[in-house]
Amino acid sequence: MSAPAALSVPAAQSQRRPGGANSTLRMLLRKPTFLAGGVILLFWVVCAAFGSLIAPHDPTAQQLLATNAPPSAAHWFGTDQLGRDVLSRVIVGSRSILLISVASAVLGTVLGTALGLTMGYLGGLVDLLAGRVVEAVLALPVVIVAFLFIVAVGPSTGTLILVIGFVFTPLIARTVRSSVLVERQLDYLASARLLGAGRVSIMATEVLPNVLPAVMVEFTVRVGYAIFTVATLSFLGFGVQPPTPDWGGDIYANYGVLAAGYWWETLFPALAIASLVVAINLVADSAEQVLAS
Amino acid sequence: MLTYILRRLGLAVLTLWLLSVIVFVAGQILPGDPGRAILGPLAAESAVRALDHQLGVDRPLIVQYWTWITGLLHGNMGTSYSYRAPVAPFIGSALVNSLKLAALAFVIVVPLGIGGGVIAALYAGKPADRIISVAGLSAATVPEFVSGIVLIVVFAVELKWLPNQASAGAGAPFGSQLRHLILPAIPLVLVLFGYIARMARAGTIEALNSDYARTATLKGLPRSVVIRRHILRNSLLPTITVIATQTGYLVGGLVVVEHLFTYQGIGNLIWTAANGKDFPMLEAGVLTLGAVYMVATLIADVLYTVLNPRLRLGGEQ
Repeated sequence: MSAPAALSVPAAQSQRRPGGANSTLRMLLRKPTFLAGGVILLFWVVCAAFGSLIAPHDPTAQQLLATNAPPSAAHWFGTDQLGRDVLSRVIVGSRSILLISVASAVLGTVLGTALGLTMGYLGGLVDLLAGRVVEAVLALPVVIVAFLFIVAVGPSTGTLILVIGFVFTPLIARTVRSSVLVERQLDYLASARLLGAGRVSIMATEVLPNVLPAVMVEFTVRVGYAIFTVATLSFLGFGVQPPTPDWGGDIYANYGVLAAGYWWETLFPALAIASLVVAINLVADSAEQVLAS
Repeated sequence: MLTYILRRLGLAVLTLWLLSVIVFVAGQILPGDPGRAILGPLAAESAVRALDHQLGVDRPLIVQYWTWITGLLHGNMGTSYSYRAPVAPFIGSALVNSLKLAALAFVIVVPLGIGGGVIAALYAGKPADRIISVAGLSAATVPEFVSGIVLIVVFAVELKWLPNQASAGAGAPFGSQLRHLILPAIPLVLVLFGYIARMARAGTIEALNSDYARTATLKGLPRSVVIRRHILRNSLLPTITVIATQTGYLVGGLVVVEHLFTYQGIGNLIWTAANGKDFPMLEAGVLTLGAVYMVATLIADVLYTVLNPRLRLGGEQ
């Protein structure tokens, strides 16, 4: 532990904890961007949880006499090529994308945090070797890597979660590692070491709580990217498989008739995706600002 | 300087090799065997085995990898299962098409992103900054096919201003090709705008807070001159790196955009190969994209060093 680092400790620590979790939440609720994003997000979460109760029609029921019907009083968003109600499919379709995105972001965050903690805290050879692999994976476009592996093992909900989670792991590990490197210089870790605490225990009980705000911000940002990735893979036909209602999958199934003027079958799921990612971004952006202040 | 470039080149080759291993492994764990995929479910087992043998996919993995990688190094990318023809010409013409689309997207987004970022920085914390930052971030996370569909609905289906297909046909004049590529380029522009603007904003803010900017202001230079001569020159350096790293992103986005606008680029080629389990085409396509990305980041790093006098002179000492 070098002298200049030790001198900076009190300032760094007093800055870090202006108040508890309650005051953070209160500051968030005062931000209009957070509220707007939160309301849209809540709407889709309710749709995901109770979609089949809210939907006016059965999302998989086909009406072959009313295919490609434009928006009307009976079908607000029209019907698709198989005569299914687009509004119902949009409402129920929120489930698959939210489930997969959140699950893969959780998986990536947990693995990435563990990897980042280990790399940052242990340093040395572990850091060097893992760092090379992380850099190599980061050098590849995320969608291409995910695409390659999903083509390889076949699309299913489980595969999507695993592949996206694994692809995100190095990205999160890099963020966590750099936060850990800052913490490692601080006095409280030296004290913990002098008290005889083991490496794993220090990482879990001392370092982790202090890098948690950074991890939370990274998590919300990752959920946004996960939605992007899931929707993209579904649009390419390698995501959630029909007849399960899914925004990206429904666009994939119906964009062929877009040029014929049947725009409602693709536009409404597309707008649903856009509203969800914008909502996530508003939430992530305000969380980042509040935690940085 | 030279040693830096050589080391950077070595790292790029290493990453490319790692990519080749990843691509090969992913191609090998694909379920179902290629012979069966080509001949269909009704073909006799003996015919499938004979074709597998002819394709060489019944040999040990390490032998297959060696044959594939040495072939690549000699410029032989293999034979497509679907077309029964060498892969290389397909990749070549598709890559040219993709580069046209990517070039158009860059020509639009680079001035737009830098301009947006600089404006956001000059009005930091004010509504203009918040709008540019939040809009840029949101646009960056809206998948390309979502904005693409909105564009197709509005400009191709309803207004009929622009075609909804990107291909102008073989030998079409430049103007017609350009017209066909405008709609496909916009989703890519939207995704890239946020990143470039954010980097330009951060660089400009850093330059604005610097001592030399304060000196320039205090010695009485007009604000416009300070911004043009002292701030922009320094703030744009990191932006160059971001622009080049975003090529990787662009490359991923191409698969989606080319698929949506039925454009014969490398992204669409990969998609078709993946659907048809055409491994040689898929592997060669992904590896080509990886190589393009490596070259772009390499150029960015070298350019960054060349443009930054501190690094340039530091390296020569």
